[in-house]
Amino acid sequence: MAQYQNIFTQVQLRGPAEMGPELPRGSYPRIGNPGFNWLMGKLGNAQIGPIYLGGLGTASLLCGIIAFEIVGLNMFASVGWNPVQFVRQLFWLSLEPPGPEWGFRAMVPLDKGGWFIITGFFFSASVLLWWARTYLRARELGMGTHVSWAFLSAIWLMAVLGFIRPMMMGSWAEAVPYGIFPHLDWTAAFSIRYGNLFYNPFHCLSIVFLYGSTLLFAMHGATILAVGRYGGEREIEQITDRGTASERAALFWRWTMGFNATMESIHRWAWWFAVLTTLSGGIGILLTGTVVDNWYLWAMQHGYAPSYPTTGVVDPATLPGATP
Amino acid sequence: MALLSFERKYRVRGGTLIGGDLFDYWIGPFFVGFFGITSALFATLGTLLIFYSASRGPTWNPWLISIAPPDISYGLALAPLNKGGDWQIITICALGAFISWALREVEICRKLGMGYHVPFAYSFAIFAYSSLVVIRPILLGAWGFGFPYGIFSHLDWVSNTGYQYLHFHYNPAHMIAVSFFFTTTLALSLHGALVLSAVNPPKDSNGVRGEVKSPEYEDAFFRDTIGYSVGTLGIHRVGLFLALSAGFWSAICIIISGPLWTRGWPEWWTWWLNLPIWS
Repeated sequence: MAQYQNIFTQVQLRGPAEMGPELPRGSYPRIGNPGFNWLMGKLGNAQIGPIYLGGLGTASLLCGIIAFEIVGLNMFASVGWNPVQFVRQLFWLSLEPPGPEWGFRAMVPLDKGGWFIITGFFFSASVLLWWARTYLRARELGMGTHVSWAFLSAIWLMAVLGFIRPMMMGSWAEAVPYGIFPHLDWTAAFSIRYGNLFYNPFHCLSIVFLYGSTLLFAMHGATILAVGRYGGEREIEQITDRGTASERAALFWRWTMGFNATMESIHRWAWWFAVLTTLSGGIGILLTGTVVDNWYLWAMQHGYAPSYPTTGVVDPATLPGATP
Repeated sequence: MALLSFERKYRVRGGTLIGGDLFDYWIGPFFVGFFGITSALFATLGTLLIFYSASRGPTWNPWLISIAPPDISYGLALAPLNKGGDWQIITICALGAFISWALREVEICRKLGMGYHVPFAYSFAIFAYSSLVVIRPILLGAWGFGFPYGIFSHLDWVSNTGYQYLHFHYNPAHMIAVSFFFTTTLALSLHGALVLSAVNPPKDSNGVRGEVKSPEYEDAFFRDTIGYSVGTLGIHRVGLFLALSAGFWSAICIIISGPLWTRGWPEWWTWWLNLPIWS
């Protein structure tokens, strides 16, 4: 009855490190001397490294570090360069966008939000360079570019939040601040300002795909581990030449819910669910304030906001003498 | 009917937990089993009750139908059918159906000689649901703390419950849960994309599709980009862990709201600001 459930790898093999297929001529060499970590090997591959840094990777990291440093140094400055207060208040510290009085101007004094714009520039550069890197790394290995296009969906949401929507609203002040608690404050204030984001249909879709992605990964990860004893994790082989692992995995879901994916199609489901999360999320953010000013009122207009029995509590705003 | 080409050889007796061979059969693609019967009974009764309650409500608009739990004044007692008793029976039916479904999955696992990972994973979802409509209401002393069964009304419940704690994003368990949700989705996109990119290589300049790539190429792609590839087996462990953690911490974040902490969540963080090392 008690049987091993394939939670950890029991026997780890140690051969020479895999250095990866040869890259086309003109590539930089892969760098780093691969090491093996026994604990990592319990969970997955033990080998760490090598890495291909290349020109794009180096430039991306450089831009990323610059953005990170600008944010950190601005936060440090905001506590008067006091290292103890910097650590103490770190989660509360923020690099805020320019105030509404600056509109969407490109040139804003550094301490009035200029640093924020510069950070956005370097952060975007870093992300876009990394995007090109994922595209090129796949092509150099002769693989499809599915990772890049999924990544682009995440970049879309980022661009909407930090650039496209502020541009359409004509104000940098609409952008999300850099900071742990401040970006949460922004999110809550954004929802309240536009009449509860839960009534935004694209927010609904985004959440459905976010939870759906989690559900799918739980289902898929669990299924593959459950057929691990039949070699289920060798998915590429199972796709090109179906074996008993694939058959049992498919039948499990067919018998459970009357429907099954195939070893390849489950990865298409996965890709689309994850990609649609940020794709629909970005659409929802972009429409907020630009097209729809109050999602609750919009929902009432379109007949999907519920009404409740009255509680007897009088809204003070309806009393005589209350000024709107 | 509805048999896959290879399915017949897998349709064998055995593996049931209860009932021996009595319920060991299929209807169309569905395996039945004892727990299939109980699943169907609970689901049917619950669904009929939802329709019954909806028929007594003000609307048939599917976005607006809402079946509310009993008033707080009923405490943990049973309420009359039209005052939240329907909600109570629907909750019992839902839990009965969910648990039956999980046990039915166990039987199917046994039938197919598979590990129990899927029903184990599903139990986290059942736990998250019961934390909202059973565990937290019991801890707070009234069924009225459960959420209403309705598409937009349950969103209102989430909104209102969140603002009762001023700003729910500051709930540390909520932070962990959200981070796990985002990370799971990121990992899922990477895994799905990586497998698709290996089995759907591009065409060359002559329009000839490249060869399907081996896992060595998958590993090389991730080592090249981020310096580490967790591997074909590892990614499924990582994915399952991330997904279950998301569900688990979601359950924790709502269970502690009220039973453990009754003030605004932003205030909770003052312990950090008041640590003796700097105050």
